[in-house]
Amino acid sequence: MDQFLQHCLNALMLGGIYALLGIGLTLIFGIMRVVNFTHGELYAFGAYMMYALVMRLGIDFFLALAFAAILGVVLGAAIEFVLLRQLRSSDIDVTMLIMIGAWIALQNAEQLAWTGVAQSIASPFPADPITLGGLSVSWNRVFVFAVAILLIAATYFLVNHTKLGMAMRATFQDREAAALMGVRIERIHTTTFALGSGLAAAAGALLGPVFVVTPTMGDLAAAKAFAVVILGGMGNLVGATLGGFILAFAEEIGVGYISSGYRDAMGFLLIILILLVRPTGLFARKERIS
Amino acid sequence: MTRWKPVLIIGFLASFPLWLTSPYFLHILITTGIFTIAAMSLNLLLGFTGQLSLGHVAFFGIGAYASALLSLGFEVHVTEDVALGVAPKPVWLAMVFGTLAAGLCGFALGKIAFKVRGAYFVIVSISFAEVVRLVAVNWVELTQGPMALNNIPPLKLGTPDLLELSFLRKPAYFYLVLAIATACYVIIRRLVNSHAGRAMIALRENEPLAMSVGIDVTHYLVLATVISAAMAGAAGALYAHYVRIVDPDIFLFIYTVIMVIMVVTGGKGTLAGPIVGGIIFGLLPELLRALGIKPELQWIAFGVVMILVVFLLPQGIVPALDDRWKNRKRHPPHVKPSIHVGSGAPR
Repeated sequence: MDQFLQHCLNALMLGGIYALLGIGLTLIFGIMRVVNFTHGELYAFGAYMMYALVMRLGIDFFLALAFAAILGVVLGAAIEFVLLRQLRSSDIDVTMLIMIGAWIALQNAEQLAWTGVAQSIASPFPADPITLGGLSVSWNRVFVFAVAILLIAATYFLVNHTKLGMAMRATFQDREAAALMGVRIERIHTTTFALGSGLAAAAGALLGPVFVVTPTMGDLAAAKAFAVVILGGMGNLVGATLGGFILAFAEEIGVGYISSGYRDAMGFLLIILILLVRPTGLFARKERIS
Repeated sequence: MTRWKPVLIIGFLASFPLWLTSPYFLHILITTGIFTIAAMSLNLLLGFTGQLSLGHVAFFGIGAYASALLSLGFEVHVTEDVALGVAPKPVWLAMVFGTLAAGLCGFALGKIAFKVRGAYFVIVSISFAEVVRLVAVNWVELTQGPMALNNIPPLKLGTPDLLELSFLRKPAYFYLVLAIATACYVIIRRLVNSHAGRAMIALRENEPLAMSVGIDVTHYLVLATVISAAMAGAAGALYAHYVRIVDPDIFLFIYTVIMVIMVVTGGKGTLAGPIVGGIIFGLLPELLRALGIKPELQWIAFGVVMILVVFLLPQGIVPALDDRWKNRKRHPPHVKPSIHVGSGAPR
């Protein structure tokens, strides 16, 4: 029983990050109709910025976290401005090819800049885990979970209760109508992409100190983010949040009771399964698939 | 002239081993040829049916693994006591089997994945390739996992005492790759000019319209996937018995990206496109390496080239050259044929 509870606790901690990765991606897909293959690279970028700021420049851990997320926003805005802005009226396949090109270029730029050697980031948290009965969890994971939940809540607030969020939702529902109502679509697109990228970078900056930082770390993160988004239905914010936790539980249970080697296969299997059985995602109310 | 062009090109390619004696160059040509076959097969899906299949490397890898395993023989335990063993088979049979196995997987994936389209299909195809890769990593009993399958036997035809054709040497293998590439080209050409090919192009151009005139869309998509997968499997089998070691890295997404770049740059939906793209991006890495450029920079360049090609030459090199050629031949510059809409004399 303790073992099961421990798995659940681990899944909860992991789910926060998956959800954080997922909502950024789902916002970008929902509003811009862009399958963002650079999402994982933004995640890796955030982790590397964290490494550079903390380990190379000696900046305070928490300050560095904020900086890393902001730099992610800047990089996201730059990608949007340079590449996606030219592709507004393009076919989704064309955009995907461009984003794959950007992904390859970014990943290898990271490899070039930081070499392929795995780097670790010192964290200011005590090494001893918190123990409660038979369960234990490290301070660092709790912090990561708390910040992830905070960021998710902030995103919800932004989308549901601000003027900008209203404009985003309007764009999501009907781009042309929103434009006619005076929503500045271009600005909404840039903001959305920058916001999603910032969330991905924040996730990377949070998890960098938990694991090690490598140039290819983004690939797996992107794969999980895609699984989460598909679980929840593309463009569905609540769905992505729940999807993050579902994926984390599926993985933890899979690791605990089947085999640890297939942990990463779980997300892909869920993707295939969901798309076959319920392609609009688990929580969709209306058809979004074209 | 047009009738003799293919013969001339193949003759030119076939002459390579006669004057290029350096094993290094032949090695590059062989790997380029193998990847070109894979690119041609991807083009059938990407170019002619318009489906962006990004799990293509799975078929390449399945072909390689199936062929390697059958030629080496293997034993797996279904349960504790029940074991399933296969004795080593001749290499040519293993290669045929690898091709069929990939085709069968193509059938399964096609049946499953074509329930969705667009971005969803892309993600299903990527997921499929990743699941296959993780199986190759984790099913150590069958695939040796990251330890790789070693000492894969080379292809030999005939019997040692009568007439033996060994494909251990590079010139012989080059001719084998060239022959299979030509066969694939001919099959694709015949296919796209057939009834089935026209149906595929119709559904690429406008799927609802194609359905409305009675084209069984899923049937043709699955057909294209099976043929495409089998060809990629053949390329994989060729690869396995050439490098004679296969590990799970063969399933890495980056190889799919290479194939996509080859097809898109050369010109998707054209017969010559993947060949032109395949040759460019098969030779380019070696050229860059000879110039002392780091592999990371090379990959950055590939990513940038992909972006630039999609922006500047969305149709690819072959259609762009074709247009230029035709324009120069048929029309004097700046005079375009005018089209009059409606009946009666032009106003």
